[in-house]
Amino acid sequence: MAYSIVESCVSCHACSMVCPTEAIYEGAAHFMVDSKKCTECEGDYADSQCASICPIEGAILNGAKQVANAAGTLTGIPPAMMEKAMAEIQAR
Amino acid sequence: MELKVLDQPETSEAGGCSAGSCGGSDDQLSHLSDEIREKVHNHPCYSEEAHHHFARMHVAVAPACNIQCHYCNRKYDCANESRPGVVSELLTPDQAVKKTMAVAANIPQMTVLGIAGPGDPLANPERTFDTFRQLSEKAPDIKLYVSTNGLALPDAVEELSKHNIDHVTITINTVDPEIGAKIYPWIYWNNRRIKGVKGAKILIEQQQKGLQMLSDKDILVKVNSVMIPGVNDKHLEEVSRIVKQKGAFLHNVMPLIAEAEHGTFYGVMGQRGPTHDELQVLQDACAGDMNMMRHCRQCRADAVGLLGEDRGDEFTMDKIEEMNIDYDAAMVKRAEVHAAIAEELEAKKNAPQESLVTLSSIKKKDTRPVLMAVATSGGGVINQHFDHAKEFLIYEANTTDVRFISHRKVDDLYCAGGDTCGDGESVLQKIIKVLNGCEAVLCSKVGYEPWEMLEEAGIMPNGEHAMEPIEDAVAAVYKEMAESGALDEAKAEPKEQKELATA
Repeated sequence: MAYSIVESCVSCHACSMVCPTEAIYEGAAHFMVDSKKCTECEGDYADSQCASICPIEGAILNGAKQVANAAGTLTGIPPAMMEKAMAEIQAR
Repeated sequence: MELKVLDQPETSEAGGCSAGSCGGSDDQLSHLSDEIREKVHNHPCYSEEAHHHFARMHVAVAPACNIQCHYCNRKYDCANESRPGVVSELLTPDQAVKKTMAVAANIPQMTVLGIAGPGDPLANPERTFDTFRQLSEKAPDIKLYVSTNGLALPDAVEELSKHNIDHVTITINTVDPEIGAKIYPWIYWNNRRIKGVKGAKILIEQQQKGLQMLSDKDILVKVNSVMIPGVNDKHLEEVSRIVKQKGAFLHNVMPLIAEAEHGTFYGVMGQRGPTHDELQVLQDACAGDMNMMRHCRQCRADAVGLLGEDRGDEFTMDKIEEMNIDYDAAMVKRAEVHAAIAEELEAKKNAPQESLVTLSSIKKKDTRPVLMAVATSGGGVINQHFDHAKEFLIYEANTTDVRFISHRKVDDLYCAGGDTCGDGESVLQKIIKVLNGCEAVLCSKVGYEPWEMLEEAGIMPNGEHAMEPIEDAVAAVYKEMAESGALDEAKAEPKEQKELATA
């Protein structure tokens, strides 16, 4: 099993610097995880490192393809508030 | 509100303005020791005067961050935005070195190179220090600085001390973990994401430790604080006291920038920024303890040029690749330009301080202080047409003193959103909002239409002091106002501004 990074990644490099197995590389559109190298940090750290430093909610999926950091868990912005604010901005 | 005479000798009774601010080179630096002043005299960010002569630039080599702040959105990248943390082009250290040397050769006034993000420079130690190492070696005439949240600072002090570091800026918004938890939702520390008070406590400890370590090594430290009404505004006076105690030489209190469209926690949750007046009151309160920076332009993480201007578009990587830079020749030219500027500033400082107006000659002593806006393109004189002003300098005059308070940008409002965006307000109405609280605006010329609208808004346009030194002109206008009796009563709330405020 391996973690993966999806297109909402902003290419901030943070995950690649803390990955213990150097499994993360800069892809054409965003950063990527080499599934052959990813160990989910087992044996190195209690928490998977990419998911612990990534600032973007939803950008990292765990081995079960689940979102590691759900909406609202990192920014503290309740998802409903974010949707409301974005709808208001669109309506302008 | 009691007004303290700032950064100026007590002898200011003698003239329209004191030597501390008028015609001198450094209104913000007069309280510093000679040694520190010598170190920072050509830094554009430290004084209203120097920023007209010297330029700075930032290179965006440090994308990763180790904390989250509620005023930051890590997704943001907008070419039209001017605020910290926003950047268009991420550079490798090699590219950054190339860009810095290209800018230094083309803009010889550029004296200072900063790394300020878009992440935290010290969370990207390899990229940051590679850039510093190369520049210390290849361009020793450029001073370097770094701006950090402080979490990784203690580990970086040793390495920082090896380079040509001018100063380190630490953003310290609080020394109280409970308040910290309302500003920083999490930190990444010892391989874990740590949320809430616990994370904030570690961050604060690291910031204070780093500040102390830098002071012990005689590296200059400036502290930035973001003023967040209802969160840390009451607490920043204490922060100011503590960081000064630990050796910070300047404290820069900046207003929170928060708009829903920035997608930041504070923006989306409706946290407001401070009003001009609230910011000024806090800066005054903190100034009792320490030197304050009042002309910070809160520039982008990739800004290039003089403060308030951004020439970054002239130095994109594709353009730089085509430039052929002979840095040895550039260094000779740069030294000449720097010497000429120093000479000019010195001459100004030594020029006879003859004031046209003597505030002490005002017979009425109980008149209230007045805020005035000034349109200037530099040089310490009133030399800009009202319509062309991209920003206004705000001065306060009272019976003993004229002092620089802040700058207010006009273009802030074009992107400010909320109640100022898209509601059909004219540019002029927006400018009048920017000038809220001012009772006069001094410029070289004012058109007929703005003149009428300014008058209606209770802001007297004044074009009679074109090309005169700012402090003298402000003093002259204040004297006129005082002697006409206009300042005997409390300031009336202008009708137009009331309407605007409730519109």
